[in-house]
Amino acid sequence: MAFNLSIEREGELKAVIARYPVTRSALLPALWLVQDETGFVSDEAVAYVAKTLDLPEADVYGALTFYTMFNRRKLGRHHIQVCTNICCWLRGSEDVLKYLKAKLNIDVGGTTKDGAFTLSTVECLGACGGAPMMMVDLEYYEDLTPVKIDEILKNLK
Amino acid sequence: MDQILTHNFKVMNAARLNAYLGRDGYRSIQKIFGMQPEAVINEVKASGLRGRGGAGFPTGTKWGFVPKNLPLQPVLCINADESEPGTFKDRAIMERDPHLLIEGIIIAAYAIGAHEAFIYIRGEYFRPYLILQAAVAEAYETGFLGNNILNRGFKLDVTIHRGGGAYICGEETGLITSIEGFRGYPRLKPPFPAVKGLYGRPTVVNNVETLAALPYIINEGAAKYASVGTEKSKGSKLMSVAGHVNKPGVYEIPLGMPLITFLNEYAGGVWKNRKLKAVIPGGSSVPVMTAVEARDTLLDYESTAQHGTMLGSGGMIVMDETADMVMALKVLSDFYHHESCGQCTPCREGTGWINKILKRIIDGQGQKDDLEMLLKIADNMVGRTICVLADALAMPVKSFITKFRKEFEDRIKG
Repeated sequence: MAFNLSIEREGELKAVIARYPVTRSALLPALWLVQDETGFVSDEAVAYVAKTLDLPEADVYGALTFYTMFNRRKLGRHHIQVCTNICCWLRGSEDVLKYLKAKLNIDVGGTTKDGAFTLSTVECLGACGGAPMMMVDLEYYEDLTPVKIDEILKNLK
Repeated sequence: MDQILTHNFKVMNAARLNAYLGRDGYRSIQKIFGMQPEAVINEVKASGLRGRGGAGFPTGTKWGFVPKNLPLQPVLCINADESEPGTFKDRAIMERDPHLLIEGIIIAAYAIGAHEAFIYIRGEYFRPYLILQAAVAEAYETGFLGNNILNRGFKLDVTIHRGGGAYICGEETGLITSIEGFRGYPRLKPPFPAVKGLYGRPTVVNNVETLAALPYIINEGAAKYASVGTEKSKGSKLMSVAGHVNKPGVYEIPLGMPLITFLNEYAGGVWKNRKLKAVIPGGSSVPVMTAVEARDTLLDYESTAQHGTMLGSGGMIVMDETADMVMALKVLSDFYHHESCGQCTPCREGTGWINKILKRIIDGQGQKDDLEMLLKIADNMVGRTICVLADALAMPVKSFITKFRKEFEDRIKG
């Protein structure tokens, strides 16, 4: 099935293209709009972006697979990403990850059976002052404890 | 010392234009329009301001590299891709005082003659992005940005460009390549961006914190800014401190402050009444220091260099006596291996080999030559690649193994 952005997002993409001297510069913004729309970037979406920006599909795939925030498959409704880099590790990110794995009963990369959560690890998110931390979708949660994690997940489900 | 960068951090709604204007915001813009661009550059040169992204290169000098009277118009890129582990100071500026950044952008753009500026913000900084976007919109509405700023005939458009999750895009040529719509591969220098950068045009890439210092320099004068700090490291610096301390966070200090004073009086000292074991003073890629080395180090470019490390981005990582240095290095190698863009063999393979060897040491499978092999690989990575990502892992490898060798040997012996 051919991919299309919503009319609103398509308008946004046109405005973004106009902001740059070179159309190709709109590649990352276009991928963001696609991901906002469907939660991931499908092969059909790649074809759409390539056509809209007048680029070879290979170039779109090239960027897509380089930037780690773009998902190539459908994830759970919420994407939990636990920072495991040095500052979070020094303040207990291993325990946070262990707790989440047990609570959700999934491994890193897995999605809960009800489709609510996908669990990932992630590199430093620039919130080292609130370590250990995680990002859920695009929101930061800092100074994590088991009680706090329970609360966050309850409010998300 | 005046709060040069943080004077609005505790002000309610400082991110909104009204509050910012009420705090004397955008005052420097009137002033620069009465100056020649060259005079602005000279003022910044005289202030001694150095790039706060990590390299510490003099800002005015960098601006001076932009060729004059070229047919191609210069561009300003703002590096807000803050991704160096331990560093979270630019986020503080963008969230708490975004108009200060925009004011700095206008000054820099005027100085180099740029009419387009691109803020490259890391994709994960979504909240700061929204705050910044709202501030940019306010600046357009009130005539601080746009075709005819304050009716003084200067045009400047600011576009915020969100990254997609790639550490390497914080490297200035990687950042440029990424804005152009490619994988964020760094480029060989020369040509330097000042001559041939974004879209082949003369380009200046400045860090968020660097730009945020400009309004003060223009308003108060270079001499007053230069009266803060040391002879060669002038002005103030934002330090972000994390790890085993009581009060992690972002603090503004005069350059030259003793590291231990900062640790105890700002960061609240080492947590849990434990002893200090190690400090990484300037983001995860600079060499680690032992507690003894940290004792008489000052937080400025020269003193950190004399002690074999760097001030870098000012992202300080503190480790107490319980920290496992082998595991710490393994964690760092996970990061640099993951973030190597893959263009250069010494980096792509070297970060992977280092990561593999450290993993086997952690798993109890270390071999007796492993430490020599790690050091040899690190030696073969330094200075042999397009950008310094390879060095950014090689330096921790060398410093961790040299300074905490016994811990590594014990782990290998099992």
